[in-house]
Amino acid sequence: MSAIPDFQALSVESATVVVQPSAWQRVRANTSVRIGGVVLLLLVLVALAAPWLGTVDPSLFDPASRDLVPGKTGEITTLEGEQLQHRFLMGSDSFGRDIYSRVIYGTQVSLIVAVSTAGVALSIGIVLGLMAGFLRWLDGPLMRVMDGVMAIPAILIAIALVAMWRGSLTTVVIAIAIPEIPRVVRLVRSLVLTIREEPYVEAAISLGTPTWKIMLRHILPNTVAPLVVQGTFICAAGILTEAALSFLGVGLPPDIPTWGNVMAEGRAQFNEYPHNILFPGIFLAVTVLAVNILGDGLRDTLDPKMAKRG
Amino acid sequence: MLNFLLKRLLSTLPVLLIVSVLVFMMLRLTPGDPAAVLAGDAASTEQIAQIRTNLGLDKSVPEQFFIWAGHLLRGDLGQSYYYKTEVTTLIAQRLEPTVSLALVTITLAVLVAVPLGVLAAWRFGGWLDKGLMGFSVLGFSVPVFVSAYLLIWLVSLKLGWLPVQGYKRIADGIGPWAYHLTLPAITLSLIYIALIARVTRASVLETLGEDYIRTARAKGLPEVTVLMRHALANAAVPIATVIGIGIALLIGGVVVTESVYAIPGLGRLTVDAVLARDFPTIQGVILLFSFVYVLVNLLVDLSYLFFDPRIRY
Repeated sequence: MSAIPDFQALSVESATVVVQPSAWQRVRANTSVRIGGVVLLLLVLVALAAPWLGTVDPSLFDPASRDLVPGKTGEITTLEGEQLQHRFLMGSDSFGRDIYSRVIYGTQVSLIVAVSTAGVALSIGIVLGLMAGFLRWLDGPLMRVMDGVMAIPAILIAIALVAMWRGSLTTVVIAIAIPEIPRVVRLVRSLVLTIREEPYVEAAISLGTPTWKIMLRHILPNTVAPLVVQGTFICAAGILTEAALSFLGVGLPPDIPTWGNVMAEGRAQFNEYPHNILFPGIFLAVTVLAVNILGDGLRDTLDPKMAKRG
Repeated sequence: MLNFLLKRLLSTLPVLLIVSVLVFMMLRLTPGDPAAVLAGDAASTEQIAQIRTNLGLDKSVPEQFFIWAGHLLRGDLGQSYYYKTEVTTLIAQRLEPTVSLALVTITLAVLVAVPLGVLAAWRFGGWLDKGLMGFSVLGFSVPVFVSAYLLIWLVSLKLGWLPVQGYKRIADGIGPWAYHLTLPAITLSLIYIALIARVTRASVLETLGEDYIRTARAKGLPEVTVLMRHALANAAVPIATVIGIGIALLIGGVVVTESVYAIPGLGRLTVDAVLARDFPTIQGVILLFSFVYVLVNLLVDLSYLFFDPRIRY
C-alpha cells in the first residue's frame, strides 16, 4: 500500500491507477461461486470420506432390519457373517440395507458421473467444434448432424443408448454425454469463428504456422472460460439425467448405490416409508443446486457476454 | 411470405432426415444381429429370418436405410415384439394421456410464468423478483421425481385432496380427467415455469428500458396497459422461443412424470419398451417425440410473424 503515495509523488499528474482484478480474483469474490463451491467441496469430502462417516458397506443387508424408521438401531450382517449393532440414521429399505450408507456412497457415484460426463462431452465437443470451425467442408455436414442430435430430447437418447449397451458406469456416462455434445460443438465453433478473425491468428497464419498448432496454441486457450461455465452446467445435467435413468430402472445396475436407485427401490413403499425417497432426493437436489449456483457465478464472472444473453 | 413459409418448411426436412438416420443407426450400432435384437429375447429362428428378409438385412446398409425409411413414410414403424402389435397402434393407444399431460402443463406453465415474469421485471429487485429468481434456480435443480414425491406426500397423503396415482380418460368425463391430471401437471410445470418466468423477466426488463415505455407512461396510460400492450407485447419473441425450446425439457419430464404417477402414456411406453429391449417401439417413440419437437419449433418460428410485425422474411 505504501507504494501508491510514492508513485503519486513521482508522477507529473496524479494519475489514478485502476488495477483490474484478475479473472481468478473476480471468481473468488463472487458470492454464488463461494456458496456453490463450499457446498460442493463438502460433498466431495463426504464422497472421499464415505467409509469413515459411520457407514457400513452399502450392499450389506439384514432381513431382521427391514423397513426401519430413521434413527432406529438394528442389526446388520457383515460379509464375514458377523452380526453388528448399527444405528440406521436414515432408516433401512425393504432388504434391510442402510439408507444412510447407500446415500453417502451414492455421493461418490453422482460426482464421478458428473465429472466424467463433462469430461467426455467437453473433449469430444472441443475436437468436433475446432474441426467445424476450421475445416470449411466439414462445417455444414457436421453441424447438420448436431442439429439432428439436438432435435432428439436428451433423456430419450440416453435411455435408448443404455438400452442398446446395457447399463454400466461407462455406458451410462457416454449415453448421458452424447446429447450434451452438440451444445459444446456449437459453442466452440462460434468461438473459433470469432477468434480466427483476430490479428494474432492472421499473423500466425501468414507466418506459416500449421493449422493444428494455431488451434492448440492460439484458439484453444481463449475458449477455456466459456467452456468451464458450460462444463459446470453439463455436470448438473449429468447428475440429473443419471438419477432419472436409475430412478426409471434403466440406468446403473440396482446393486450400485446411486441416489436414483435408492429412490427407485423406495417407490413401492412410499406411503409408509417416505424417507427412502426423501433423503436421497435432498442430497440430489442440494448437489445439483450447488453446481447450478456455482455455474451461475462462474458465468457472471468469467463470461460476461453469456451472462448478458440470459 | 409464402416463399418464407416454404423455405422454413423445407429447412426442417434435413433435420428430420438426420434424426431418422440417427434412429436407424442406433439399432445398427447395437452389438449383435439387428434381426435378433429386433425380434426380442424370446424369438424363434423363423421369426428372426422373417425379420431379416423383411428389413433386407442381407443387403447393404444404405439399401437397408431406404427400405426402413420407405416403411416409415408409409406410417409403418414395424411391429413390437414385446406387445405383439404394430408400433403405430401402440402409440395411438398411449397418445391421449401424454398429449393431455403436455397440453395442460404448457397451459398452466404459461399462465403462471408469464405474469410472474412480468411482475418480477416490473418490481425489479423487489421481493417478488428475488423470490422468483430463487425459485427458478431451485426449479432447475430439483428433479421432477423429487418434487413429484414431495407433492404426493403433501397434497395426496397428508391433505388427501388429489389422488396419488392413475389416469382417467377424457371419455370418462372431464371431472375425473382433470382430478387425476392436476397433480402431475403441477409437478411437471414447475421446471417449465422456472424456465419461462426467467426469460419473461429478462425480456420484459429489457423492453421496460425503451423510450416508448416512457412515452406510454408520460401520456398517462394505466400501468397495466403499459406492461401488457407495450412491454410484454414487445418481449414476446424470446418468450415464444423458450417455450419451443422447453418442449425438449417437457418431453424428458413427461417420461419421468408418467412413471411416478402411473399414467399409461408414451413415457411409460418408452420405459417399458427399454426394459423389454423392444427396439421397434423405442425407435418409434423417439422418432415421434423428435418430430413433434422439430414441428413445434417450426410453429414457434412462424409465430414470430404474428408477434413482431417488423419481421418480414
